[in-house]
Amino acid sequence: MLEDRLRRFATIWSRAIFPATATSMTRPEFEQHLLPLATELSTALHARPFTAQPAHQVGAALVGAHCTDPDALSRTLGVVDAYLVLYCGDPAQSAEESRARCARLQHALAAGFAQALRERTLAEQESIARSSLLARSEALQAMHATETRFRAVFEGAAIGIGIADLEGNVLEVNDTLTQMFGGLENHVRGRKVTDWAHPEDRPQVWELYRELVKGELEHYRVEKPFYRNDGTVLWTNLTVSLLRDADGEPQYQLALFEDTTERRLLNLRLRYEATHDALTGLPNRTLFFERLEKAVGATDGARFGLCYLDLDGFKTINDSLGHATGDRLLVEVADRLQSCATAPGEMVARLGGDEFVALTTGPDTRRGVDELAGRILNALATPIRVDGREFTVRGSIGIVEGPAGERTSAEVLRSADITMYRAKSAGGNRFELADPEADARAITRHGLTNALPAALERGEFFIEYQPLVHLGDGSVHGAEALVRWCHPQHGVLGPDRFIPLAERTGLIVPLGRWVLKEAVRQARFWSRRHTDGGPLRINVNLSPAQLQHPGLVADTVDVLERSGLEPGALCLEVTESALIGADEDRLKPLRQLAEMGVDIALDDFGTGYSNLANLRRLPVSVLKLDRSFTQGMQRHPADPVDLKIVEGIVSLAHSLELAVTVEGVETGAQAEQLRELGCDTAQGWYYARPGAPDRIHTLVLADAV
Amino acid sequence: MERPAWAPQGIDISVPSVSRIYDFYLGGSHNFEVDRAAARKAMEFLPGLPKIMQANRAFMRRAVNYAVDAGITQFLDIGSGIPTFGNVHEVARKATPDARVLYVDHDPVAVAHSRAVLDGDEQSDVVAADLRKPRQILDSPAAGLLDLERPVALLLVAVLHFLQDEDEPYAAVAELRDALAPGSLLLLTHASFEGIPLPAERAGGAVEVYRGIRNPLVMRSREQIARFFDGYEMVEPGLVSMPHWRPDGPTGQEDPYAFSGFAGVGRKA
Repeated sequence: MLEDRLRRFATIWSRAIFPATATSMTRPEFEQHLLPLATELSTALHARPFTAQPAHQVGAALVGAHCTDPDALSRTLGVVDAYLVLYCGDPAQSAEESRARCARLQHALAAGFAQALRERTLAEQESIARSSLLARSEALQAMHATETRFRAVFEGAAIGIGIADLEGNVLEVNDTLTQMFGGLENHVRGRKVTDWAHPEDRPQVWELYRELVKGELEHYRVEKPFYRNDGTVLWTNLTVSLLRDADGEPQYQLALFEDTTERRLLNLRLRYEATHDALTGLPNRTLFFERLEKAVGATDGARFGLCYLDLDGFKTINDSLGHATGDRLLVEVADRLQSCATAPGEMVARLGGDEFVALTTGPDTRRGVDELAGRILNALATPIRVDGREFTVRGSIGIVEGPAGERTSAEVLRSADITMYRAKSAGGNRFELADPEADARAITRHGLTNALPAALERGEFFIEYQPLVHLGDGSVHGAEALVRWCHPQHGVLGPDRFIPLAERTGLIVPLGRWVLKEAVRQARFWSRRHTDGGPLRINVNLSPAQLQHPGLVADTVDVLERSGLEPGALCLEVTESALIGADEDRLKPLRQLAEMGVDIALDDFGTGYSNLANLRRLPVSVLKLDRSFTQGMQRHPADPVDLKIVEGIVSLAHSLELAVTVEGVETGAQAEQLRELGCDTAQGWYYARPGAPDRIHTLVLADAV
Repeated sequence: MERPAWAPQGIDISVPSVSRIYDFYLGGSHNFEVDRAAARKAMEFLPGLPKIMQANRAFMRRAVNYAVDAGITQFLDIGSGIPTFGNVHEVARKATPDARVLYVDHDPVAVAHSRAVLDGDEQSDVVAADLRKPRQILDSPAAGLLDLERPVALLLVAVLHFLQDEDEPYAAVAELRDALAPGSLLLLTHASFEGIPLPAERAGGAVEVYRGIRNPLVMRSREQIARFFDGYEMVEPGLVSMPHWRPDGPTGQEDPYAFSGFAGVGRKA
């Protein structure tokens, strides 16, 4: 059957050309695809009249089936030549005729193949070329759009943008940058980057620039000033980046300028306001501390000098004439001070209120600071006219001068403050130089004063007792209560260290009350144990402030009543100086106590300018001779003048019915002498140092034996 | 028209393109002399290159039909190149007329050509994007053509071997996998020295040609290629040479070069 033979022809054909095709069809599919083409060829072979045209179409169909390889054509022709007549030949047709037709069909097939391939090739070439052009124009459009966008960004940016080559030639700038520089384009474009140096450039700015153009640095960011074309200064945050080409080679530098001039001015103004006194316009505490910090922290043998000025009596002016006047006065003072410190390295500042400071630095502040203080006092000497009135303003100055690098600014200022107070207590209108010892004293005094209230609460005080001995028989007659402070840092402190401080702060009243209560309680304890030898007396010191305290009598009565101690066993010691010039009102509490039976002793007798005649009207029953009288008796032989004086006092006292106690007895010879002179009781190291209460008890017991 | 925010690098047709070289191997004329010169040079080392490309086409055809049989009607063909004949949409449409195909290539000429070929086709589109940046593909407006809630056949045919290790091809493939619905298929072929009927030193000459046109060809081992299927279950017969993947008939008459490299299909669980 023809159909079977056609199929076999197609199979042979397919097998021959399949390897040369690029088709993605499978072999059976491809073979199926060739079958109609085989039929066409077979039909053409038999057709009458004969035409080779169908073979032309078969050639084209091969190209259509992606048999574009020339090999596919030559293999096809080979298969047609060898098998077409064999499988599809017409037995009625002569072999010669069949061969001739087959040859002509091959010619037509080849021509059809070639024409189709040529058309397909041209079409594909054209379409790929068109696609390339399309892609390219799209890319160009995109690039154009991108460039337009960039141009818009470049021109419309709020920051200045400039591009320069690596030699520093400015190639492109945007309008913003031109405006920043003052609006003249030629001031920016075409210039060299290095023309933009400014005296206030930080040193590293140009170092960074050199590294960048050498390709060693990708970008840097600095704060940099520029000159505008009118000579004013433009401040910027400048970011410079290195631009590289596709191969990574440095090509351009891109600079972004952010105008910070206004912000900087605002910052400067805020900084000025933060560092200057609103009233006087002088530098304030903040700025002064910055400078002082710098001055005391300097190295290389630098020195500094500081004057701490406090106006004398300014508070009075403020209180009496009002703050407005006081302020005007301060403004004038500030102006005058300002004119005193005009040299480089000198500054004047107001710390607050009427406190001013002047700082000087330099190589010779030793001389300079004295002169500065002199100039200040001099400047204040001329009366100041405010509101039609003239004021004489004076000040006290504390000076600290020294090498840098030894003290902190706080220490320096404290020293100056202390010294200023020294100048003030010395009468004011003067300057004093800081003295480390005076400072140390003041510092301790200051610390102790602050610690006193807490010390009383915490029970840091205690009492030692020093025996009072009867000179006649050597028996223990009583004891003086002496308060001590067991300070956590300074150890045990004597009353001379803190009583004056307690006096000043008023703490003496509660402290004194505590001492009295404690001492009386102790005395009561002794008196219970020591019934046979009569009551042991207890001496307690009263300070001048206690003396003036309205609660003195009531407190004392209360303490005595609560403890049950006989008033006669208590002796309150009052210093001679506290009673000098005391009027009857001041003496009234003492008189009341004396009337109750409490003994009053006049302590440190002989150190004040005692009016001996005055002794009569004082409610005093005991004189305690100051140790200075007994010191002359330590020598052997004793100073005859001292002997005479003591003898005279004793006789005077006795004639006024006053007992005499001597302090500071240190030797047996002294004791003997004093006994001979008629003194009644004595105390001193010869007998016992002040000590714990149980030691008194032991002494008394020994006495009794 | 869709256009990237940043202009692509200029179109330079004096530089050979892998998609036009591929077209040349398949007997097409969508190529320029530079492409043909490069192709001929590579063929000096690997004369069977056209057969390898043809085997790729044949695998793609069988695998697309397999996907359609598995009920998939959406196709994402990344690295689609110059559309010649037997394209995914043609093959798929023959099996199911409602097939949707999204082509992706980063060669602007290939994309422009695809756009011309697909002009007027509502069910196919092309995206200019790079396999190295799957987000570019998935986030492109044209990606709306595909419903990612439903299974998709992802075709990575003869493309992964153009991604170098520093391009992180595994991460890119994983990112695509994570974007696909369960039941999606990965259709993949990859070049390898394994299966090439030549010593590797000689075949390496062809690799050098691709390196020379700045499209280095990265030959990977079977094991390395298998790792691209992480997260997929391999469909029978697994990762095999291209003619061995579900052949339509006996493979005895296949050209020896057709057995170069590997092909496989995986199903996302």
